[in-house]
Formats: sequence, C-alpha cells, structure tokens
Amino acid sequence: MSQLEIKDLHVSIGEKAIVKGLTLTIHSGEVHAIMGPNGTGKSTLSKAIAGHPDYTITSGEVLLDGASILGQEADERARAGIFLAFQYPSEIPGVSIANFLRAAQQARMAEGEELDASAYYKRLYSKMDLLKIDRKFTSRSVNEGFSGGEKKRCEILQMAMLEPKFALMDETDSGLDIDALRIVADGVNTMRGPNLGVLLITHYQRLLDYIVPDHVHVMYDGRIVKSGDKSLALELEAKGYDWIKKELAASAA
Amino acid sequence: MSSLSDTTTLSPPVPDEATTVDNPAVGIDQTAGNFSYKVDYAFDAGTGLSEDTIRYISSVKKEAPWILEFRLAALKKFLAMPMPTHWATKDLENIDFQKIRYYLSQGQKPKRTWDEVPDDIKKTFERLGIPEQERKFLAGVEAQFDSEAAYSNIKDIVAKQGVIFVNSTEGLREHPELFKKFFGKVIPTGDNKFSALNSAVFSGGSFIYVPKGVKVAQPLQAYFRINAENFGQFERTLIIADEGAEVTYMEGCTAPKFSTSTLHSAVVELVALKGAKIQYITVQNWANNVFNLVTKRGVAHEDAEIKWIDCNIGSRLTMKYPGVVLKGERARGEVISIALANDGQHQDTGAKMIHAANNTTSNIVAKSISVGQGRSTYRGVVHIPKHLKGCKNNTECDALLINTNSRTDTYPAITVRGDKNSTQHEASVSKVSEDMIFYMQQRGLTEAQAMSLAVNGFINDLARQFPMEYSVELKRLIDLEMEGSVG
Repeated sequence: MSQLEIKDLHVSIGEKAIVKGLTLTIHSGEVHAIMGPNGTGKSTLSKAIAGHPDYTITSGEVLLDGASILGQEADERARAGIFLAFQYPSEIPGVSIANFLRAAQQARMAEGEELDASAYYKRLYSKMDLLKIDRKFTSRSVNEGFSGGEKKRCEILQMAMLEPKFALMDETDSGLDIDALRIVADGVNTMRGPNLGVLLITHYQRLLDYIVPDHVHVMYDGRIVKSGDKSLALELEAKGYDWIKKELAASAA
Repeated sequence: MSSLSDTTTLSPPVPDEATTVDNPAVGIDQTAGNFSYKVDYAFDAGTGLSEDTIRYISSVKKEAPWILEFRLAALKKFLAMPMPTHWATKDLENIDFQKIRYYLSQGQKPKRTWDEVPDDIKKTFERLGIPEQERKFLAGVEAQFDSEAAYSNIKDIVAKQGVIFVNSTEGLREHPELFKKFFGKVIPTGDNKFSALNSAVFSGGSFIYVPKGVKVAQPLQAYFRINAENFGQFERTLIIADEGAEVTYMEGCTAPKFSTSTLHSAVVELVALKGAKIQYITVQNWANNVFNLVTKRGVAHEDAEIKWIDCNIGSRLTMKYPGVVLKGERARGEVISIALANDGQHQDTGAKMIHAANNTTSNIVAKSISVGQGRSTYRGVVHIPKHLKGCKNNTECDALLINTNSRTDTYPAITVRGDKNSTQHEASVSKVSEDMIFYMQQRGLTEAQAMSLAVNGFINDLARQFPMEYSVELKRLIDLEMEGSVG
C-alpha cells in the first residue's frame, strides 16, 4: 500500500506561476481524475511531479510513502515508482521499443547485475498478449512515425512493463480519436488494481466513460477548486466549465 | 642508451638483453585503455627527428639499402611540405616534432605464443582482452606495442592456404618482391605531410597477402597499443588480396592518457585485385591527448570491392579520410564512418572516392556525434570524370548534436562530370533534445544512459553491419564516453 501526497504545491515555468497551491493525496488502488479547462496547469502538475527540469517547484511538497521526491532527478523518481504517460511522447530514432524497455529494466537493477534476456522477453510478450499488442510492434523504433493510437499503445505497454506505483496520465487536449481513447482505457482498466494508483488528467468527460474514476477533481487557475465522485464529471459535462468559473466568482464576491 | 634526450649522438643498436631506460608510467585507471605499465625498452631512437633517427631505425631493423633510401627521401619531403593549415585546423601547429620519440621497442621479432611475450607487455594485452578474442573468433592476431609487434600469430588452417600475415618489418625482410611491388604505390610518400612522415619513420603495422581465390573466413586482427609518453606510432599496413580473394581485417587502438601529446600517424594501403574483396574495420579509442593523423586508401581493380568501416572515438584531433580508387570496371567502394567528438576533441573525418573506370559504384555513409564542446567535421571527395559512364555514387552525412555548444561542419566536394553518371547526396543534422532525454529519464535511465542510448540509436543501422563482437565493443565505448560527458 503506497501513497502519493501533493502538499500545497506551487510550480513555475520561468517567472510565471502555473500551479498555485495544489493539495491532493492518492492511495494505491485509487483512480483520481483531474479535469479542467485548457491552461489551468494540469499538464504542468504531472511534469513537475515527474521532475522535468524546466518546471520549478517554488514551494510545497511531493511525498512518496512519506519521503520527499523533490530532491531527486527524474530518473530516480521513475525508479522509485512514478510513471508519466506523456501527452506527446518523444521519438527515439534507431532504438526499438524492446531495446528501450530492456534498458529501462536494466537501469532498475543493481550495479553488475545482468538482465535475464529470455525471462525479459517472456514477460514482454505476456504483457503484449494481455494488452492485445502485435508482436511486431516492439521491433519498431520508439514513437518514430507512430500514429496517435500507436503512441498511446507504446506508453501503455511501457507502463505495464515498468509496473509503477503511481501512473500520471497526461491525456489533456490530445485530440484522441475513439480508438486511441479505448487503448488508454483498456490499458488502465487491465492494470487497475490494489498496487496501482492513477492520476488521470483529462479535458473531456468522455474518457471517464471508459475509465470510471473513484475521485474527480476540477482544476482551475492552478488549484483544485472542487472535488467529488464520478458524478461530478457528469455534472461538468452537462453544465460546462463556466459553471465552475461562476461559482468561484460568486464565492470570491 | 644513456639518455632519452640524446638525439644527436645515437648509440648503435644493442642486442635484445638490453639496458634499462626510464619510462614514465602513470597510475592505473578504471577506464579500459587508460593504463600503462613500466616497460624497459631495449631499442630507443631518442627524442626528436633527424637523419640519424632514421638511420637508427633502419639499422635496428637491418633493412635493405633501398628502404633506407626510401626513408631518407621521405624525410626530405616531410621537411619541405607545409602543414595543411590552410584548410585544416591550426591545432596541427601544436605538434612539436622534436619532442616526440620515434622508435621504442623490446625487440624486432614478435613472439608466436602469448607465453613468450614479456610479462609487462603481455599483461597490457590481457587487460585489453586480446588473447581471449583471438581464441573466440579471430583467424590471426598481431599485437603491436609502441613501435613493434610483440605478438603475431596466424591460425594454422589459414597459414596452410598460403595466407601471409606478418608485421611490416618481417614482410619487408621475408617477402621483398611482393612488398616492393605494391608498397607506396597506393599512397605515394608525398601524398600529404603525414604520409611523408610515416614513410620516413614507419615501423610495425601489418603485411597481408591473400592468394588467388582464398577466402579467409574469420577476421584477421591487429591491435595497436601506445604505451610510452611523448611517443609517435607510425605503423605501415599493406594488404593485398589477389584475384577473387576475400579478407576482413580489424584494427583496434588505445593509449593511456598522458598530460603531453602523443602522435599516431599510420599509412594503410589496400590492393584488391580482380574480383577480390577487402573489408577493413577500425574501432579506435584513443586517449584525448593523441593526434591521430592517418592516411588510408585502397585500389579496387575490376569487379573488386573495398569497404572501410571506420569508428573514431577519442583522440584530441583525428584527421582521416579513407579512400578507394575505383580502377577497374564495376569496382565498388564503400566507406561507413562513425565519429564521436566529445569535449576537447575534434573529429575531422570523411571519405574519398575516385572513380577511374566505367560502371564503378561508391557509397559513403558518415555519421558524426558531437558532445559538449566536441567538434565534428565531414570532408568528402567524390570524383567522377567526364569520359566515364555508368558510375554511381551515394553520399549520406548525418550529424547528431548533443547540447548546444557542439559544432558540426560538412564539406562535401562532389565532382561528377558527364551525363552518363549519377550521384545522390543527403545530409542531415539532428539534436538530442532536452525533452527526449527527459522522456528516457522518466523511464528510469540516468542522463548518461539516456544519451548513450540516443547515440546508439543514431548509429544503429550502421553498427548492425559490424561483426557482433565489434558492435558490442562500440556500444561499450559509447557508454563510457557518455558517462564521462555528464557532469
């Protein structure tokens, strides 16, 4: 049982404050959805937790099982169990998915320890079968020339192989077609269970038709302004984000 | 030998039992090639370059008079020729030819078994893994330590086919007719200032002859090791593949890291007679104080094929442009080159393809990686004269930049005349972006591992053409370089 605690987090890009005091705790086994209009800091939140060097944490804390991860490099955080499913994953020309994942697995092993190649491939193929991914897929270079759906499939496969404690899924505004949406949803639903906590970042309600969240949070202007269960997402769908803005304006007045 | 700086009054060569010469030894480091053992040299030409240096080298080797004449004429040419700084880097001016030691050895006759190799030299090669590689996958090995081969052996099965694989000193002594016929013909002494220098002071290198129709299944390998400080290594390699013969030759090179500069200036000549195939593979990993100025060229006769695979890692400055003269109809030439320039390094590499017969084809694929302040330069010459027809050239140059300070330049000179020939040229420059590194780090790879993987991906299509053992070695070298480049 793990927990990821985000406490009064403030994040800037350059001089500009983007996340302005966000607090949220996720436990293993839970799926939290963060929704909100464009430009409210949803993607910034996920990248800052993962340790992107362009994002400066000006105050607040992020604790994984009680220990701060903010002093760690991105790769240390990853090995500690934080996985970020990228909205726009990078291409790595000439590096096959199989070799990339192998390097990622190797990086998790102790110095001098060698990955058992046949056990690795066995595991890779069983994950691919589970996610209904064609065997040929992993001989392609990581994300090179991939369609939107293939990129999602590649992210999900990596997540399945690396078995993180917490997955941050940045799906905002990515213009996913229905097939890509299903790939993400099926993947998350397959992996969902007592050992995985998920933070699902999405702009639209429709992804939540496929992945039913335990908690829904609305993010606006760098903060969580409203939290609830899955019905909150439906309410947002019906009333739009203006409803939140009006509520906020009213309470501020 | 009384003193190292004794340049003017060289004592006559002493026999093998020898006197002791102080040789600076550095501490042993973790990195693969960066170590040296204290070695007592029996033969030492002292420091600096003069006619006496050359007479000393020639007399130690008990050479025929024509070779001494050849050397002395080359020295004159070397002294008369200017440094090519009008097109190449000014860094060349930092080479002080009077501070270099031109000949150091423990003896001129290489041993045929590792047991006979003196311990101090044997442990160097054991540490570099040479005897092990020999057992595993090589048809023959020559291991040069400073000026001379310490070990040279060819498997019986290959020798029985008539294949000659010896060092150049032995080649000149035992096969003078064959040697003389081709020696200095592909690369004339005055080709450039450094080929002239090599012609004056050459020692070591391989002499290979593969008889008609013989196909050597396993590669022949030479390993060139610089051990001494302020040393210049000038090996001379000549490979002749007779009609229909096939041979693969691989060379590896290392040197320890000294505070002063070291010079490596080889000349390599290949002759592929009618229908022959020569593949020449280099994986060099010089320490970053080495000036590596090498001239490599082959002549491909009718239906022959010469392929250079050239991996340049390390050194302070490398200038190397392997070439093929396509002399006979339907001859094929290929240069596959990978250069990695890290901080403080300049890889000035490329290829030359001289088409001299109809229906000849050439292919150049050059990939360079510049890291930090590292600088990569590609220089290529492709020449197809007007009177020829059916000639084809393909040139691809790709550069990868890792971080904003690195620099890459491309100078392709493609002269294709006449309308019955074709050429194709592509060049690209790409960058390893911060986002790409972050993406890989997010999967758990360290920054160094991420850069290393990006570099390996960039050269993957080329590395796949190498024999497996060498692509593994190349990957390991890249990993080491990337580890060192992350702060």
